[in-house]
Amino acid sequence: MSLALGATDAPGRVGRGLIGVAAFIGLAEVVTRAGIVNPAYLPPASSVLGTTGRLLVDPAFLVHVAGTLAAWAMGLAAAAAIAIPIGLLLGSSRRVRDASAAAVELLRPIPSVALIPLAILLLGRGLDMRVALVAYASAWPILFNTIYGVRELDPLAIDTARAFGLGRSEVIRRIALPSAAPFIYTGLRVAASIALILAVSVELIAGGAPGIGTWMLANSGAGVPRELLYAGIVVSGLLGLAINGLMVAGERRLFAWAPRLRSRL
Amino acid sequence: MTGGLLEVDGLGFRHADAAPDAPPAIEAVSFSVPGGSLVAVVGPSGSGKTTLLRCVAGLVRPTAGEIRLDGRPIDGVPDATAVVFQDYGRSLFPWMSVADNVDLPLRRLGLAPAERRTRVSDALAEVGLAGTEASYPWQLSGGMQQRVAIARAMAYRPRLLLMDEPFASVDAQVRADLQELTLSVWQAHGSTVLFVTHDIDEAVYLADRVVVLSPAPARVAADVAVGLPRPRDQIATRSSAAFVELRARVARLIRR
Ligand SMILES: Nc1ncnc2c1ncn2[C@@H]1O[C@H](COP(=O)(O)OP(=O)(O)OP(=O)(O)O)[C@@H](O)[C@H]1O
Ligand SMILES: [Mg+2]
Repeated sequence: MSLALGATDAPGRVGRGLIGVAAFIGLAEVVTRAGIVNPAYLPPASSVLGTTGRLLVDPAFLVHVAGTLAAWAMGLAAAAAIAIPIGLLLGSSRRVRDASAAAVELLRPIPSVALIPLAILLLGRGLDMRVALVAYASAWPILFNTIYGVRELDPLAIDTARAFGLGRSEVIRRIALPSAAPFIYTGLRVAASIALILAVSVELIAGGAPGIGTWMLANSGAGVPRELLYAGIVVSGLLGLAINGLMVAGERRLFAWAPRLRSRL
Repeated sequence: MTGGLLEVDGLGFRHADAAPDAPPAIEAVSFSVPGGSLVAVVGPSGSGKTTLLRCVAGLVRPTAGEIRLDGRPIDGVPDATAVVFQDYGRSLFPWMSVADNVDLPLRRLGLAPAERRTRVSDALAEVGLAGTEASYPWQLSGGMQQRVAIARAMAYRPRLLLMDEPFASVDAQVRADLQELTLSVWQAHGSTVLFVTHDIDEAVYLADRVVVLSPAPARVAADVAVGLPRPRDQIATRSSAAFVELRARVARLIRR
């Protein structure tokens, strides 16, 4: 009922979005076909799309997609497993939060990609290193959103549950965790996009095991048709789009009750 | 002072984070609530009514005096009390359906699932919300949400029902309806109610006795017996000379 508005509105929005994308592709096509841009720099959009289509059914290429997604998924899972419990702890204890503030402020500004050389030295160029870097980068939004979710806990909700005799562990399980859950999920959604960026960046720099970045690195040399590189870029974009779309859809499904998400008219 | 289901005896409370030289929120409050009665507590804003209710609910520990339920000093949250707060939007849980909200306190009572379901649907029917089990609280109007909160309290079958300005956030017509609902469930269940409000009208209309608190730090300024006959009626009772006289008396006590 509260989602009805979004649901009826969605086809219109998606339709307009598709028109925009089609216009953009058309423009790119015209620009190259008319010779305004050298096709050696920007191949015609139609041939990039054709190459993309062929790649998406090419098992040799899909191994690379799978490699990226494996690092993405394992890194994100590790980040959640570490950051959610720490966030719950930091969110609920002022003393622990104060004690850890300096360490957090020191670590947080380090750009995750700056850690790549060190990670290669310590962990090699395989999956372990990728997972570690993806986990490091995506842990931050999960951590901060979890802390925020716990601190946003309504004392009156807790009082109500306590007054009806719920014990400490029941209050945590039935009240505190569910009410922090939408915030934690927001952290996961943001982290999911960051994790993909990190996974591809690390592959581009470190190469080694299969991954979209590794594949792009191999296809960026002279003499390789430029369509391939552009198709790789399109595929990473599509992955990002799919991941974000799934996370947003999951959010609407799971947390329709959250005040932030429900549109009550 | 003995004999009440609830006895508040020399209660004092000082907030831990209050300034050291600030007076306590509550200073020596004593009154008793006999079983089966409806006692209202009125007082100016900030006089310590909510603090008093939180002490009785066992949510905070008094810093002086004692609260007894059935003659036993309470230590922590008593088993037999239920609460209804003013802010239904915050005391109902938005991720739970209406039925789950009502059911939550029942889970720890060791009832059979069938018994719990019956209690939930009976309580919802009693407050006029039969059929809303699967809805979410935020899909209901404010008045309906407060009915859910009352149903939750009644399904719990408390010996003592604590209400903190439960109708302060609803409009006048809904407030009158909810007052009638409170009187009818109170009488139907023979429960005991401690009703905190700053609305003198409401206190006199509902209660057997009105405990008037002084401005902070709270003391009992007066303990007024309301002899109005029951059943009470929104129009007849409120326009009776006795009601008008009592209301004026309580108002003068508060202003003093
Ligand atoms: N957490 C707190 N820390 C310190 N002082 C507090 C705290 N909560 C309330 N007080 C003080 O205690 C006194 C009583 O507050 P309380 O909320 O019990 O009043 P009340 O009668 O319920 O007021 P209202 O009619 O506005 O609801 C007030 O002076 C208030 O400022
Ligand atoms: Mg209050």
